[in-house]
Amino acid sequence: MNTIALVGNPNSGKTTLFNALTGSNQHVGNWPGVTVEKKEGVLKFNEKIYNIVDLPGTYSLGAFSEDEIVARDYILKGNPNVVINVVDATNIERNLYLTTQLLEMGAKVVVALNMIDEAKERNIKFDIKALSEKLGAPVIPTVASKRKGIEELIKQSIELIEKDIDFKANISYGENIDKEVEKLKGFLNNKDLEYPSQWIAIKLLEGDKYIYELVNKDENVNSSNEFKNVIHNIKNNTEDYELEIVDKRYEFVSNIADLTVTLPDEAEETITDKIDKVLTHKWLGLPIFALIMLIVFQLTFTVGEDLFGELMGRGIEILSEIIENLLIIINSPSWIISFVTEGIIGGVGAVVEFVPLIVVLYMLMGFLEDSGYMARAAYVMDNIMRALGLQGKTFISMIVGFGCNVPGIMSTRTLENKKDRMIAILINPFMSCGAKLPIYLVFIAAFFPNNGGLVLFFLYLLGIVVALLMGKIFSKTLFKGESSYFIMELPPYRLPTLRNVLRNMWDNVSGFLKRAGTTIFAVVTVLWVLAMLPLGVEPYGQSSILGQIGLFIAPIFRPAGFGTWQAAVGLFSGIAAKEAVIATLGMVYAGVSQGAELVSTIQEVFTPLTAASFMVMTLLYIPCAATIGTIKKETNSYKWAIFTVVYTFAIGWLGAVLVFQIGSLLGFS
Amino acid sequence: MADISLIQLNSGEQGKVKKICAGGCATKRLYEMGFNTGAKVKVVKNDAGPIIVSLSGNKIALGRGLAQKIIIGN
Ligand SMILES: Nc1nc2c(ncn2[C@@H]2O[C@H](COP(=O)(O)OP(=O)(O)O)[C@@H](O)[C@H]2O)c(=O)[nH]1
Repeated sequence: MNTIALVGNPNSGKTTLFNALTGSNQHVGNWPGVTVEKKEGVLKFNEKIYNIVDLPGTYSLGAFSEDEIVARDYILKGNPNVVINVVDATNIERNLYLTTQLLEMGAKVVVALNMIDEAKERNIKFDIKALSEKLGAPVIPTVASKRKGIEELIKQSIELIEKDIDFKANISYGENIDKEVEKLKGFLNNKDLEYPSQWIAIKLLEGDKYIYELVNKDENVNSSNEFKNVIHNIKNNTEDYELEIVDKRYEFVSNIADLTVTLPDEAEETITDKIDKVLTHKWLGLPIFALIMLIVFQLTFTVGEDLFGELMGRGIEILSEIIENLLIIINSPSWIISFVTEGIIGGVGAVVEFVPLIVVLYMLMGFLEDSGYMARAAYVMDNIMRALGLQGKTFISMIVGFGCNVPGIMSTRTLENKKDRMIAILINPFMSCGAKLPIYLVFIAAFFPNNGGLVLFFLYLLGIVVALLMGKIFSKTLFKGESSYFIMELPPYRLPTLRNVLRNMWDNVSGFLKRAGTTIFAVVTVLWVLAMLPLGVEPYGQSSILGQIGLFIAPIFRPAGFGTWQAAVGLFSGIAAKEAVIATLGMVYAGVSQGAELVSTIQEVFTPLTAASFMVMTLLYIPCAATIGTIKKETNSYKWAIFTVVYTFAIGWLGAVLVFQIGSLLGFS
Repeated sequence: MADISLIQLNSGEQGKVKKICAGGCATKRLYEMGFNTGAKVKVVKNDAGPIIVSLSGNKIALGRGLAQKIIIGN
């Protein structure tokens, strides 16, 4: 099957184009060996199918980050038949910089000149034919969000697969460098290397460590002393060569752009500028950010819970009754009935009930992300972050963590410096993820039904505050040294497309549902068995194995006010996945109080104060197994994964105890 | 105009990148983000916090430390 790869700068519309090409035929995995996300999909066109690979969004194809290495390795070694380079027409020079690198690699490139609608609006004019000639590659104007130009783009790409053209950007890097390149090529030619020799030569001059290692290890190349001398010489002068090369590349791009693009004389104030005056304002920026988050949680709560949540709950109750009756009619043994109604429906059902809420939360977050606001949030937070020894971009990984800690932690790879990255990884678990939401909601419904949005807001806020405090402590103790520089694009505000918002929501919700059907189901099954054994004990009683385990752990939580074995078992199972906390509570309490609603049982066994300390505990304590695994993978060490487990447990416990003890002193109950 | 650093420009002022005096890595990243020699930059906001500049209509936020290392000429 022919393969088409997508390459482009961040925010160029690459994801939108990928979705337009593949529709729902896509799946997400990982690139082998690294945690960079790999998206693949299938395009059907004229009865033929093509494999579409979405490469990570990058500004360049150096060895700057894992993303860049993944992208360039794929282009050079994965042998895609065609590379579609998504270019943001409103930002032509920087985007063409990447294009020239693709051409230098000898890839077959089709340029998708995307966002052409916005370019028109800003009065940027293109001579497409000339641009295409200068680059030596087809250029197709597109509006990915409106699916314009897509068909032409596909046609051109497919046409190119058949053709045998030599793609090449012939950039002259000036006499000096060109001479060095030729010299190096003399050593490299015919050496059966993985990459084209011209490209290797340039990369060596650019001081690319990976390529240097590669060449250095290759005995074919490395055998001559002469070569060693040349390399040595280069190493001493890389700094000069490196920047000279980038400069020349830009010159090449600028020359092309000058001849083919007409920019407006004086950019007038855009809507984005006007909005930014308010949203990034010195004093208003932060309060507005807080307000936006408050609105998000209030809406999540009102729409997701009040409007649809109850419907969902009732639906599950009815379903449960129908199934129970069916099972009775067909004369099933009572243990099956118990397993299905108390185990599965009590457990998995308690989780599924919260789907509407998760849907609303992810739609709102997706809306914010797609609108361009997230970058502003990082911007307004940079000052606070800097005062704590962190930096603004760390905050983006934290916000992503609100959805799920796994992508939150993975997104820390945009942080250039190791110290920033380690801290960002270690504090991410405090960001309350979507899976914890059901826990809060049950307790809010039981004790704080009138202030749901506010309670949620404060929980999330507490998560942020604890994360930042820990960040400060880490930067003073474990990871000393300079925080790295801060540089970030502020993309123009755009009205998010419904398609993008829905897709983003579905990606998350389907994960949630999948976990409900797999991990949660497995946990519930194991717990149910443990609750029934040894045979003859009262099911869900203290003397069951489950009860005994709970009783064993429970004393730890006595200072926090919820030292019951049920709570202990719930928290314990939450290490598998956070939804399991509520699934477990649903099961053990549904068992005790025979069909009574979980909420009313909770009202009996908890108090408002212990509910608060329990919520704080679930907010802060040990992250789920998937997150722990990701920490291990990203830090490449078990040490940090174990460290996270231990310290988050300590913090969670401390937080819950403080809430309970101080609350008690103040006379709350 | 004598050479000054980007951080000394007020909101609304503009100039051309003359030189970047940061470490190799940061310099390269700046280049790749569009701060190459000769690039026209306009300061959009420069009060508290990172400074926001516009590079041919596209906004980029830069930490103050980094902005200090970008030398502007005309
Ligand atoms: N006006 C306009 N907006 C677009 C176009 N393509 C994508 N977008 C929007 O640009 C934003 C960023 O797109 P996305 O695909 O997430 O960019 P990526 O970071 O390159 O994957 C989204 O809000 C899209 O809806 C286009 O051709 N025209």
